[in-house]
Amino acid sequence: MKSNQDTPLLLRKHRTEEWIGRGYTTICVLFLIVIIISIVYFVATKGISTFAINNVSLSDFLFGSTWSPDDNKFGALPFIYGSFLTSLLAAVIASPLSVCAALFMTEIVPSWGKKLLQPVIELLAGIPSVVYGFIGLSILVPFMRDTFPGQGIGVAAGAIVLSIMILPTITSIATDALGALPRNLKEASYGLGATRWQTIYGVIIPTVLPSILTGVVLGMARAFGEALAVQMVIGNAPHIPTSLFESASTLTSVITLNMSNTVMGSVQNNALWSMAMILMLMTFVFVFVVRLLERRHKL
Amino acid sequence: MKLKKLLLLTLTLAFAVSLAACGNKDNTSGTTTTDKNADSAETTTLSGSILASGSTALQPLVEQVGKKFMDKNSGVSVQVQGGGSGTGLTQVSGGQVQIGNSDVFASEKMKDAAAAKELIDHQVAVVAIAAVVNPEVGVTNLTKQQLVDIFTGKITNWKDVQGKDQAIVIVNRPSSSGTRATFEKFALGTKTEDLKGSIQEDSSGTVKKLVTETPGAIGYLALSYLDDKVKAVQYEGVDATVDNVISGKYPVWAYEHMYTKGEPDATTKAFLDYFMTDEVQNGDVVELGYIPANKMQVKRDETGNVTK
Repeated sequence: MKSNQDTPLLLRKHRTEEWIGRGYTTICVLFLIVIIISIVYFVATKGISTFAINNVSLSDFLFGSTWSPDDNKFGALPFIYGSFLTSLLAAVIASPLSVCAALFMTEIVPSWGKKLLQPVIELLAGIPSVVYGFIGLSILVPFMRDTFPGQGIGVAAGAIVLSIMILPTITSIATDALGALPRNLKEASYGLGATRWQTIYGVIIPTVLPSILTGVVLGMARAFGEALAVQMVIGNAPHIPTSLFESASTLTSVITLNMSNTVMGSVQNNALWSMAMILMLMTFVFVFVVRLLERRHKL
Repeated sequence: MKLKKLLLLTLTLAFAVSLAACGNKDNTSGTTTTDKNADSAETTTLSGSILASGSTALQPLVEQVGKKFMDKNSGVSVQVQGGGSGTGLTQVSGGQVQIGNSDVFASEKMKDAAAAKELIDHQVAVVAIAAVVNPEVGVTNLTKQQLVDIFTGKITNWKDVQGKDQAIVIVNRPSSSGTRATFEKFALGTKTEDLKGSIQEDSSGTVKKLVTETPGAIGYLALSYLDDKVKAVQYEGVDATVDNVISGKYPVWAYEHMYTKGEPDATTKAFLDYFMTDEVQNGDVVELGYIPANKMQVKRDETGNVTK
């Protein structure tokens, strides 16, 4: 109540502070928006010129299965297919592992499980992708070559490397979701005489499923955009693979392999930008899916 | 709230994409304005900076020679960037760099013939490429026809070319690669399609690793990458050696080019002249595994015609 007397002065001070803070944050946000829009604009300009200037038909690009720049054939289907195949496979391999690791840390031995596993998983997340690629090429590929048919290099090797890379993403999101679960849900289940396993698969998993799916989608988004590690182990043949142990390409691997060797403005270079545009659009799709899942979770 | 945000994001996207669609034409004019920068770097004395970019195959050599050149001329700074032949040609043509390093002739890479004509070629070294196989396959010589049959998928087993009974695994380069262009042009004499199941790697280190480890593998490497881990096969009975390249017996080689846009300025010219001195050609060029351009007893033009 005493402060009522000096309100005018303080109020002015607070108002200027308010305006400075507001102005500064607004500038930061505008800057971010400008960056995002210019990136989208640049990629889209380049990507669209394949169709607008070079007259490659959109359907040939999206559904054509022959990539042969020398003959003016720019079918990107093998790369789109490869990207989806590897990231889906990676999610299929990584999700059960991640969910089990999260359950172990939160439900089974919360005491030391979390202390031990949490740093390990954070460490996994911090390893640079080139290291994953090199380990994949030096250890995984020879192992696959000796164990399975084919040359070791291929879709399966790419998916395995990716699955290890997205393991931390899914695990940490699943762990957070499980940790945030209200106690009374579990206690009610135990109170009804359910065992721990019955509680886990009957109550806990269904409740946190949207969050786990969010983790899986984010993991897939990372796998979809990963370039270097995949490029080193997947083989990069521009064809739709008929076996998991056959060399194939992803959108990112074909971009990193060819971008530096092509001249800006050439059809092949523009076609690579079109693929970058597809990657960008797919990222937006992943973000939308995550948003939708979050909305469902709240209801 | 959420729905509104989604809508806003979608609209922003649609807006950006439609903007992009309208802005195509302006794109070309945007790059030409940078030309002036190159001219302003011109000086009469040896000072200023030289920026070179492009071919990663040539990069280590230009870097090393650049360092020596800087030691001799304290006022000059030489910076070398990689990025690939395509990047080098794009940037020198656009005036962002003084020198564009390339593994191939500009006219082969650039669609715009007028822009390619503006570039002046300086051939500083020669790189020869040898077909390499996994040592286990038991092949020492391949003819041109056999190589064509292997790389087009007609021959799929080593026993058809007097080797072991072992399936052939092709370790190729991406279709845009300069090394692949050279190999196809001078060893195969024809462009090849990417075979299903073939492996493609851009880096010579990875190609070498894969050929060394994969049973039945065949690839191609620059001579500087060869050692006893991989087996370099003879081409039409000729060993891939530096001497055979110099005398013109071994045909699978290409120049390493350093392009300037128009006549180079004094500093850049001095640098390129220094490159052709015996000190560099017999020293750094040989030391790093390239073949000196001034030693070559044969010459080749853009269309591939060889003259003595």
